[in-house]
Amino acid sequence: MTVFGIKLPNMSSLLLWGLLWEFIGQIELTFFLPPLSAIFATLLEIGGTKAFITALKETAHAFSIGTLSAIVIGVPVGILMGKSRLIDQLLLPWVNLFLSAPLTALVPVLMVLFGFGIKAIIITTALFAIWIIVLNSRAGVMQINRSLVEMAHSFGASPFDAFTKIYFWAALPEILGGVRIGFIRAVKGVIIGQLLISIVGFGSLFELYASNFLMKHFWAVLIVLFALAFVIAEFLAYLERRVDYYASRR
Amino acid sequence: MLARHRANLLKLCSALIVFGAWEIAGRIPVSFAFPTFLESCAAFWALLIDGTMFVAYLETLKPLVIGVFISAVLGIGLGLWIGLSRAFDWLVSPIFVVMQTAPLAALIPLLVMAYGIGLTSKVFVVCIMAMPVIVLNTGGAVRNTPASLIEMGKAFLGSRRDVILKIILPSAFPIIFAGLRLGVSAGFIGAILAELKITPTGVGDIITYSRSIADYPSMYAAIASIIILAVLFLNVLERIENHLLRGSRKSLAAD
Amino acid sequence: MTNPSENAVTVRNVYKNYGEVEALRDLSLDFPRGQLTSLLGPSGCGKTTLLKIIAGLIPATSGEVLVNGEVVKAPGPDRAFVFQDFALMPWASVIRNVAFGLELRGVPKSEREAIAEKYIAEVGLTGFEHSFPHELSGGMRQRVGLARALSVDAQVLLMDEPFSAVDEQTRRKFQEDLLGLVQNENKTFIFVTHSIEEAVYVSDQIAILLPRPSRVMEIIRPQGFRDKDVDHIRRDPEYLDIVDRIWASLRSYVE
Ligand SMILES: Nc1ncnc2c1ncn2[C@@H]1O[C@H](COP(=O)(O)OP(=O)(O)O)[C@@H](O)[C@H]1O
Ligand SMILES: [Mg+2]
Repeated sequence: MTVFGIKLPNMSSLLLWGLLWEFIGQIELTFFLPPLSAIFATLLEIGGTKAFITALKETAHAFSIGTLSAIVIGVPVGILMGKSRLIDQLLLPWVNLFLSAPLTALVPVLMVLFGFGIKAIIITTALFAIWIIVLNSRAGVMQINRSLVEMAHSFGASPFDAFTKIYFWAALPEILGGVRIGFIRAVKGVIIGQLLISIVGFGSLFELYASNFLMKHFWAVLIVLFALAFVIAEFLAYLERRVDYYASRR
Repeated sequence: MLARHRANLLKLCSALIVFGAWEIAGRIPVSFAFPTFLESCAAFWALLIDGTMFVAYLETLKPLVIGVFISAVLGIGLGLWIGLSRAFDWLVSPIFVVMQTAPLAALIPLLVMAYGIGLTSKVFVVCIMAMPVIVLNTGGAVRNTPASLIEMGKAFLGSRRDVILKIILPSAFPIIFAGLRLGVSAGFIGAILAELKITPTGVGDIITYSRSIADYPSMYAAIASIIILAVLFLNVLERIENHLLRGSRKSLAAD
Repeated sequence: MTNPSENAVTVRNVYKNYGEVEALRDLSLDFPRGQLTSLLGPSGCGKTTLLKIIAGLIPATSGEVLVNGEVVKAPGPDRAFVFQDFALMPWASVIRNVAFGLELRGVPKSEREAIAEKYIAEVGLTGFEHSFPHELSGGMRQRVGLARALSVDAQVLLMDEPFSAVDEQTRRKFQEDLLGLVQNENKTFIFVTHSIEEAVYVSDQIAILLPRPSRVMEIIRPQGFRDKDVDHIRRDPEYLDIVDRIWASLRSYVE
């Protein structure tokens, strides 16, 4: 959008919405929407408290282990599926199934199997992230230029070399695309996990704030979460664009 | 033909392997809360024939259907407007971009406070989950209508209305439809989340109740049923999509 | 002074800037009625821009375009456009694509389909009425685009590198067919190309455009071989001379 010849930055309208929010909050239209300024004030207040830091730590812990294992397992599995028709045909139906399945329904199972704790949340996170990572890595390998692979063989590359020096790099743009979507899903997974297993991390904070009607506290936490999710997604999109140059011209 | 056979055979193999592993793991058992495959199947059958599941799904599908319907109508409308107007795009898109990346599930406690534990809250949950992907896909598809098609419409004297109805919308249709499919998929997540988190009704009730009385086979059966239902339904949507597009214009939607 | 009965289209002192980029500078040109005029020039020199200004799809920064003595402000029924990338609607059958210009003008279905049939036959696509664009080769797709432009019966046909996306053999066939069209249909053709041979082969008048900002460098009117048999044109000494001459004057602008 351009106004008076000045190009407005992409997300700048959020400032406008923030102002609207502040206004609605100031005229006390609804109890559920306190002024944005008050929320930020509360954020500064609770930002340093032990409960908040603990929740953040626990969430970061579950999120990082969950996504890390999704990548460590998902990428090689996807590459293998792209390379071997047998493995592909054995696994693909399941990958597709779990990709579109409402994984929320599995959380109760994870709860009874792994306990009402961080372990179940880590697994939920990984489950949300892994399928798209597998599928994208597979797609990445499948579109690799055949002559690139033949080149490697003709220069006598060992299978391991071919794997780490050709397949991985040639499929990198797709893999990163999968990882980005996987991360976005993982953020949702880690929060859904904590909501359902509401005694850890932000789940317990939400419970506490909601049952005491602490609106400002509640929104403060929400804004932190939304902002973190957004920053992670944007950072990965940025990384993806960095490798785009060779995705577009191969 | 042979390849098709092989693919089907392998599918069968892979199902046998997974279910076999499940059965064995259940017999060991790896956990007191891990029933065997056959026990779960029996429970599934029991839930199915005594009508429990049928009644439960009537309940579960209510917020889902209402929510997805609202999201589709509103979402496609908003997306169309976003795609057609730069100003509106600038103003509104960021909200949906944030909604799509944000873990909106965290809003549930707030929705419950505001709208209680009834149907309204559940419909809301489905909507906030399903709407962003529908809006953003529609907006993107409309914005990316090939410029030369629009020029063609203008050159052959199409009015603005003609260009929108006869060129922009049909051209965006595949991605709009794919966005709808993703929206339905997200809506399922929302509907189940609502039943597990807000009030246990429908399938959520079967899951919660059988867990509380440690009837694990029924719990697994209920969970399996919702996954199967969602996947089947999405598959049907995909078939319809392929049929409508005659396989020629399939486009990828952005998740 | 230009005479409206002689010139179907007159371009007078047209300037066009895209922001900083100056695409056309003070361009004036007459297009004699019933003849084919080529706009020839290296790519990026503003041929498409000029054509779209004549079509009324984009406004000139200054200057004016007259069609039959009337100033062009918007697309009109007196002009039809053939697009470089065909601009066919992938969701519509050949017959609907061909009849689309008439559809937008509100011609009833049976009537417009009868007209479309006629032009489908004329471009040699009988039997493909109910095929979809993706089932056709590039050459056939452009025939659909041509039939669509013919079916609205406009006096002026604007063709933007219509043959650039088809293979060489098809292209030659097209060029021959085009000569037939110019003879039989009493229409004015404005034909954009970057191929010297193509321009000389099909044109009554060739306007050579200089690279940006574009002006008319030279107007060439082949005389001798236009009435000869199409098979002999490429061996005609005048044809070869003109090709050489154009290349000689353009080569200094090719980096
Ligand atoms: N919409 C536009 N915005 C900015 N520059 C444009 C636009 N369309 C064309 N141009 C520029 O104007 C010049 C002429 O373009 P065009 O008419 O398409 O050339 P041609 O058809 O001869 O290849 C080119 O340098 C092109 O980059
Ligand atoms: Mg051009």
